[in-house]
Amino acid sequence: MNKYIERLYNGIIKENPTLVLMLGMCPTLAVTTSGSNGLGMGLSTTAVLVMSNLMISALRKIIPDKVRMPAFIVIVASFVTIVDLLIQGFLPALNDSLGIYIPLIVVNCIILGRAEAYASKNPVGLSIFDGIGMGLGFTAALTILGTIRELIGAGTVFGFQVMPDAYEPFSIFIMAPGAFFVLAILTGIQNKLKLKSATNGDKKEESTLACGGKCDECIGGNCAANRALLQLEKDDAKASRGEAVAKRIQAFPEDASQDKGGAQK
Amino acid sequence: MSTVKEFILLFVGAAFVNNVVLSQFLGICPFLGVSKKTNTAVGMGTAVIFVVTASSAVASLLHNYVLVPAGLAYMDTIVFIAVIAALVQLVEMILKKFIPALYKALGVYLPLITTNCCVLGVALINVSKDYDLGRSVINALGTSTGFCVAIILLAGVRERIEGNEIPHVMKGSPILLVTAGLMAIAFCGFAGLI
Repeated sequence: MNKYIERLYNGIIKENPTLVLMLGMCPTLAVTTSGSNGLGMGLSTTAVLVMSNLMISALRKIIPDKVRMPAFIVIVASFVTIVDLLIQGFLPALNDSLGIYIPLIVVNCIILGRAEAYASKNPVGLSIFDGIGMGLGFTAALTILGTIRELIGAGTVFGFQVMPDAYEPFSIFIMAPGAFFVLAILTGIQNKLKLKSATNGDKKEESTLACGGKCDECIGGNCAANRALLQLEKDDAKASRGEAVAKRIQAFPEDASQDKGGAQK
Repeated sequence: MSTVKEFILLFVGAAFVNNVVLSQFLGICPFLGVSKKTNTAVGMGTAVIFVVTASSAVASLLHNYVLVPAGLAYMDTIVFIAVIAALVQLVEMILKKFIPALYKALGVYLPLITTNCCVLGVALINVSKDYDLGRSVINALGTSTGFCVAIILLAGVRERIEGNEIPHVMKGSPILLVTAGLMAIAFCGFAGLI
């Protein structure tokens, strides 16, 4: 049972997708104009994440390794469509305020990231709890951001007036620039406290990603360099295999000549 | 004549007034990630213009002539994401074969664009506003030009910031986000334009 609680703790605190891993920035900045929007977006993403983790984990031995990415994307897109239609049907107000960002859950890197890093390698039960943990972590971060912006920008929390009437709201905080400023202050605090975060510059950690995972330094060329490196390794392997074959031919010339004869026929 | 005027207004609206990164937050990851140097920003911006326009045209055709007549409009998201992924691969192969110089300049950025949410976002916006093919392409062109302008401007600012003394706490992403926020305020100034 401890394993399952560990997954929840990991998702919500230790590897919080928004505050620590800095994944899924587009919805984080776009929909956090109020606490309730953040909560709605977070819960929709959680629903998709749990279902896609379940499905991908259940199919992990069936999906061939080479086409896993397209397969994952199709699975995620199906669940997003289901969630989108459900929200349109039952929560029209939320649908109006989130709008285009609900179908865009498909390209939220948290979901594909968890599918690739966790669900495709682990059993169903653990993957579901991983999805719940990560989803709740995302929801918590979005709700907190949304509440801060709503409080400063409109003087309300979840639609209830909390600031005194004399308070003049800084409406810039619920407009686009406010999203950048709140996140800037939040990451600044993380820097100050030297908390673990993808944005803290001087971390020396091994990443499981093939490109090294240094996203804050990457100009988009690391994966290409990595690809060239892999190609070189492959060539080397091929060359050494060629040598082995050549040695075998030297050792057993009769076999080789028979092989050649067979090939000519 | 009025059509031309409408198209120009649509283009300016998509590029500046509703700037895709600074007011709609689509494509934040490449905006913050690939804006370290001006020349890489130019490469990324150009590649985005290329892919967004092409994929919006294909998505618009598919939606208007295949999915809607077949009564499958709810399949939009699934079909679009598959089409975009395939299209990016196709564009990469075509460029590699026929325009190697352009491939060399943009090649690195093309695979990254598949996960850029502004590609899917623009296709979905076109559909939700019921744009026909012409308007979709103009809207896509405007939106991606807006992305290109924003990322090149940010890269220019970042190159200037690099040599400056910044308080330790603000180093790295905080100062970057503040810069983006100030740019967003500047782009708010376009709000009364149309």
